[in-house]
Amino acid sequence: MRQPQRPGAGLDVALFVTCLVDMFRPSVGFAAARLLEDAGCRVVVPEAQTCCGQPAYNSGDRADAVDIARRVIEAFEGYDHVVAPSGSCGGMIAHHYPALFADDPAMKARAEALAARTHELTTFLVDVLGVAPPAVRCEATATYHDSCSGLRELGVKAQPRKLLAGVEGLTLVEMKGAEICCGFGGTFCVKYPDISNAMLDDKLADIEATGADTLLAGDLGCLLNMAGKLQREGRPVKVRHVAEVIAGMADEPAIGEPAP
Amino acid sequence: MKSTAHAFKDNIGEALRDANLQQSLSIMKVGFVERRRGAVDRMPEFEALRDRARDIKNHALANLDFYLERFERKVLALGGHVHWAPTAEDARRIVLDLCRQANARTVAKSKSMIAEEIGLNEHLEAHGIAPIETDLGEYIIQLRQEPPSHIIAPAVHLTKDQVADTFHEHHGKLGFTRRLTERNDLVAEAREVLRRKFQEADVGITGANFLVAETGSSMLVTNEGNADLSNTLPDTHIVIASIEKVIPTLEDAAALLRVLARSATGQEWSSYTTFNTGPRRDGDPDGPRSYHVVLLDNGRSSVLGGEMQDMLRCIRCGACMNHCPVYGAIGGHAYGWVYPGPIGAVLDPQLLGLEEAGDLPNASTFCGRCESVCPVRIPLPRLMRHWREREFERRLTPPAVRKALGLWAFLAKRPRLYRVATGIANRALALFGRAQGRYDALPLAGGWTKHRDMPAPQTGGTFHAQWKARGGAVR
Repeated sequence: MRQPQRPGAGLDVALFVTCLVDMFRPSVGFAAARLLEDAGCRVVVPEAQTCCGQPAYNSGDRADAVDIARRVIEAFEGYDHVVAPSGSCGGMIAHHYPALFADDPAMKARAEALAARTHELTTFLVDVLGVAPPAVRCEATATYHDSCSGLRELGVKAQPRKLLAGVEGLTLVEMKGAEICCGFGGTFCVKYPDISNAMLDDKLADIEATGADTLLAGDLGCLLNMAGKLQREGRPVKVRHVAEVIAGMADEPAIGEPAP
Repeated sequence: MKSTAHAFKDNIGEALRDANLQQSLSIMKVGFVERRRGAVDRMPEFEALRDRARDIKNHALANLDFYLERFERKVLALGGHVHWAPTAEDARRIVLDLCRQANARTVAKSKSMIAEEIGLNEHLEAHGIAPIETDLGEYIIQLRQEPPSHIIAPAVHLTKDQVADTFHEHHGKLGFTRRLTERNDLVAEAREVLRRKFQEADVGITGANFLVAETGSSMLVTNEGNADLSNTLPDTHIVIASIEKVIPTLEDAAALLRVLARSATGQEWSSYTTFNTGPRRDGDPDGPRSYHVVLLDNGRSSVLGGEMQDMLRCIRCGACMNHCPVYGAIGGHAYGWVYPGPIGAVLDPQLLGLEEAGDLPNASTFCGRCESVCPVRIPLPRLMRHWREREFERRLTPPAVRKALGLWAFLAKRPRLYRVATGIANRALALFGRAQGRYDALPLAGGWTKHRDMPAPQTGGTFHAQWKARGGAVR
């Protein structure tokens, strides 16, 4: 039984869906929307949103990154909060946007204002709204991978674990290198596939050592990367976004599993 | 040292196939990390000390001319000499001249990445002077004619067996004919060989961890005491250091020392910490009769005042490479030059040029672990991104990457078109992938599917299409 709480009552929250969720895993977006709505928020998905601009920014294409950031700022002004089911995209907006407008005081102020209102999903639920762990069920022995940007740019660490602690039937087993990069890194994994693969091998060994049947994380990029390798190697670990589990939506086929 | 940074992609393959290297790395990337964590856990004020260390270096860099001049005046007043070397070539020439003045045939060397940077050993050898590395790790790789693979643990890439083979091969002619296998025995044999070398040396060359402007001292940390022998036994001591090593006071040095060893090896303090302040004075029992400091610029002053200045705070602890998962996968040699790992990815393009070292700042996932452990808080990912931006501006980014990025940015700026394109991609990938749930090969995605499958999208359309169809609020 899910028990809706209303600490977010009266708040207008814009959902930043992220391009990977939009294209690969819409259920993460719906899980995020459900969690926010259960907390009492009014959830809006601004139509003008596309991508946060991280591929351009991290590839050195600053001009396009600035252009895209300006559009994101325009699209997401006027809401109490902006929430993304991703520490990476959330970190891009909250951590990096202000630096993109260092030479433009007016835009910099708008970027800073947006940054202050932008959150990763689990930190928003726990730190801003104070949502208690949800009363949902998921039979699993799970291990949680700390995605780098969320962990180091936004301090996402305790929040997802706090929410997972409330999930009935779920046992969380910590893996050894939980805070070590899985080798995704956006375009890194296609530019340097062999290094990425070596990093993934280490990660898979750490996952396997826990004996967990389920791998969770808060960023779809890392999840697609780890799922792709687990499945290439025929390892039976199910891979899900943490939002799906805490929203009670873990009945979807896991990432990379056949559709029914 | 000759750079192979341009061959980074080939170097990666070699490193990943090297079983000995992979074995050494698997030990290194756990050991260093755990030891640092232990040292940090035992010191509650560690984060505050990092701030202080950063501030000290920032202050020194902001007033570098002042402190360098003050340092020079002090050294001169003590009876030492200071030589300014704008380029690597200048530094090589100065050191060679000083060795010739001392009629040197053998030089004992200790602890200097700068010597690697300027290719000093090759230069001295070419002019008939034999440089002997006295740091155990440096000594091992000198015997093997390899460059260092780490800035504080130059032979970290080798297994004990490889070291045993190397000693067995080279020490036989000195009377050590037995192949040793125990760690302590290997160290003892190296110690015996090196003691003879110390006694032969006419000149000692050391690096410096810090130059203290207040006293004119050069400061060195080691765990083997080899630097102390290099700079007290020979009659001439030459310190080679880059200009950014100068700090204002002894108290600053003490503060920086508190984070240096803890970050590097997880030690509270290194075994030996030596301050060299001028040549031997009347009544001193030992020490060099002639004392020289060579101050190398080699492009560093051009970084001052710019957005890359933060890189000059580096105190060469190696924590960034110890924690970097990319370094942990490929080791130091793959980077192709003196400074590997995250700090190398920042320094090397500055010192070698982007054309040569452009791959290095790209070979990072920006996971940020390096920045999170840097004792002087160098924003390493930001500095790597800076190089990527210069590369993009100068059109050094590969054309296929530029094209793909350009297309994505074009769509990202046009939400309607973006919805159409992502909608088509989503449906196509979901339709053909639904039975398997994933792809083991996909056109144009070879970089991804080389080692892993590509999960297929969920069926039912993109999030935005479904949200709209369900009547969700979009504004």
